[in-house]
Amino acid sequence: MIDLGQYAGTVLAAYGVSLALIAGLVWHTVAANARARRALQEFERNG
Amino acid sequence: MSIWEYANPAKFMRTTEGALPWLVGSAAICCVGGVVWGFLTPEDFRQGSTVKIVFLHVPAAMMAINIWVMMLVASLIWIIRRHHVSALAARAAAPIGAVMTLIALATGAIWGQPMWGTWWEWDPRLTSFLILFLFYIGYIALWSSVEDPDSAADLTGVLCLVGSVFALLSRYAVLFWNQGLHQGASLSVAPGERMSAVYRYPLYLSMLGFLLLTLALILIRTRTEIRKRRLAALQARDMRA
Repeated sequence: MIDLGQYAGTVLAAYGVSLALIAGLVWHTVAANARARRALQEFERNG
Repeated sequence: MSIWEYANPAKFMRTTEGALPWLVGSAAICCVGGVVWGFLTPEDFRQGSTVKIVFLHVPAAMMAINIWVMMLVASLIWIIRRHHVSALAARAAAPIGAVMTLIALATGAIWGQPMWGTWWEWDPRLTSFLILFLFYIGYIALWSSVEDPDSAADLTGVLCLVGSVFALLSRYAVLFWNQGLHQGASLSVAPGERMSAVYRYPLYLSMLGFLLLTLALILIRTRTEIRKRRLAALQARDMRA
């Protein structure tokens, strides 16, 4: 186990906030892309 | 073959479809590798374990500025040559830039509290980064508020030109004003005190990871924008018929 010493809260907060923001961005990007692809395919199929 | 061929949406979609799996894979490897390696580095004798924040803070700040520069180039291509893919790429990049700027601001504040004794200071670099973040928000809002996509691309292109002053300012603020709490560049080729190799190499890997991640996200989001634009065009044609 890594010992972060007296700044454990600081380091974990920085990593937590950053990784949450990146995960949110990646999720939003992938979800929006899937939605757009589905909508376009549906329209092209049904006319 | 000319680079302008990629301004054709169909060609752009075909090319990026093949490149994306490789780009996503290498981005994941470099990002996870760089951040985990950085997290496992030893404590710094002055900053303790807070030094580990550098592996997120510096790559995010670097991308925050570079994404705006990329948006500037894409906007100029739109303004000069009217290539729709470039306008859509600029639009696609903005939310990524906003998140990178937010990460740089948040990690900077969290890091600053124990090191400087304050979460925030109206320091030249911090202030110019905050203004850059507001420019990103304004850019995204402007794209959403103008109905005609070509007019939106024109207006956001102008906004991008104006915001570039702050993007450059946020990079060079510490050189213009020799005051404030923020240090100079973390990595420099100039002689003087250099970052130890123990931290430098994981930082390089993390920076490469953030760069590849940004490229992958921009490509995916641009593809999304192209699909949305095509759908809107098909729906408009259907309505007219």
